[in-house]
Amino acid sequence: MAGDRRATAGYTIASRRIEKVFPADAHSGVAIAGAAGPAVEMVRLFQVQLEHYEKVQGAVLSLEGKANQLSMLIRANLNAAMMGLAVVPLFAGYDHNRNRGRVFSYDVTGGRYEELDFQAQGSGSVHARNWIKAGWRDDMSADETVDLALRSLFAAADEDVATGGPDLVRRIFPLIAVIDTNGYREIGDDEVATRSEALLLGPQRGGFE
Amino acid sequence: MSMPFYVSPEQVMKDRADYARKGIARGRSLVALECEPGVLIVADNPSRTLNKISEIYDRIAFAAVGLYSEYQMLRIAGVRMADLKGYSYSREDVSAQEIANAYAQTLHQVFTHEMKPYEVELLVAGVGHEPGENDLYHIMYDGVVMDEQNYSVLGGQAEQISETLTEAFEPNADLQSSLKLGARVLGEEAEPLSAEQLEVALLDRTRDRRAFRRIAGDELASLLG
Repeated sequence: MAGDRRATAGYTIASRRIEKVFPADAHSGVAIAGAAGPAVEMVRLFQVQLEHYEKVQGAVLSLEGKANQLSMLIRANLNAAMMGLAVVPLFAGYDHNRNRGRVFSYDVTGGRYEELDFQAQGSGSVHARNWIKAGWRDDMSADETVDLALRSLFAAADEDVATGGPDLVRRIFPLIAVIDTNGYREIGDDEVATRSEALLLGPQRGGFE
Repeated sequence: MSMPFYVSPEQVMKDRADYARKGIARGRSLVALECEPGVLIVADNPSRTLNKISEIYDRIAFAAVGLYSEYQMLRIAGVRMADLKGYSYSREDVSAQEIANAYAQTLHQVFTHEMKPYEVELLVAGVGHEPGENDLYHIMYDGVVMDEQNYSVLGGQAEQISETLTEAFEPNADLQSSLKLGARVLGEEAEPLSAEQLEVALLDRTRDRRAFRRIAGDELASLLG
């Protein structure tokens, strides 16, 4: 999962360093798009719900169960969404019952849609998705996937004003997390910085020759 | 009009205490030991699924002896209280002390006002960031709280086990020797309990957020060696 770091308020930049990718629990993550306030709050509640369930029941919810739980939180936000404060997250995780990673996307009503390959969400998602579509393969390594995610976010930032690109001056880079059998782990800032620089300053100049 | 027989309050309390003590004495014991990596809780519990030890919050664990249904209810109430407070305020604001307080109040209330007292004895353990900064709150069936140091023993055989521990306990021991000590004191004379008879968990002070970790299976067997 990867997310840029920009939050906007109208035509101004509200934050250059906002975080949009969060661990939901040890083996799943949630990424947010839409109104930042309710979105971050929703993630916080979601995290507490998953942990609470785990502690009370002594067992972790299935990935499907977690995805449905998030669905209910989005549904509960429908009134606010109708007034313009929509929250549309992405949810992904490792499914221990099926031994594979799974990705879920949502609509504002809480509709839950499982994706077979990849999904992007937010203002720049069309550009990111098209970039991924051109480069995505079934058998990509984690390393290649991180590069593809970085490139797709760069492509989105290149075309969309509300998506932030890598900021080499302030050293702000996308937030990237990898989820596998070992669980959720964030890729270190230094590594993302190195990869971003290789992408931007390398021979391909950000993928655009 | 019929008059109820007079029973002195002393007698009522004594009967209830005896009743609760008898219930607790029927069960198996558990010990919590402060050690170098944090707080180790070792329980005599052959069941893999009916836990006596569990996680309450980031740095807080719960352990109990007595009637399963009763301490299970209290455990869930503790988790709920901790999660609610951490969510409403901040994760840092949840402390072992207030959870121990809440348990003490509940148990006291039940002991004095209900027909039947809870047949449970609880431990609320909190792990600090440095060795020796831990909390061990031992709560009795009547709501009496004891703030203990170094180790805590719960259950019917508590007195004997405590006696052994006063001599055998060493502060800042490593995980393996603490675990072996726990298995030894819970067992019969010179016959420590085996991995299959133990439920073990560690509040690991070095872990980032959730310090609670179960030690089971191969790891437990190899540590007990």
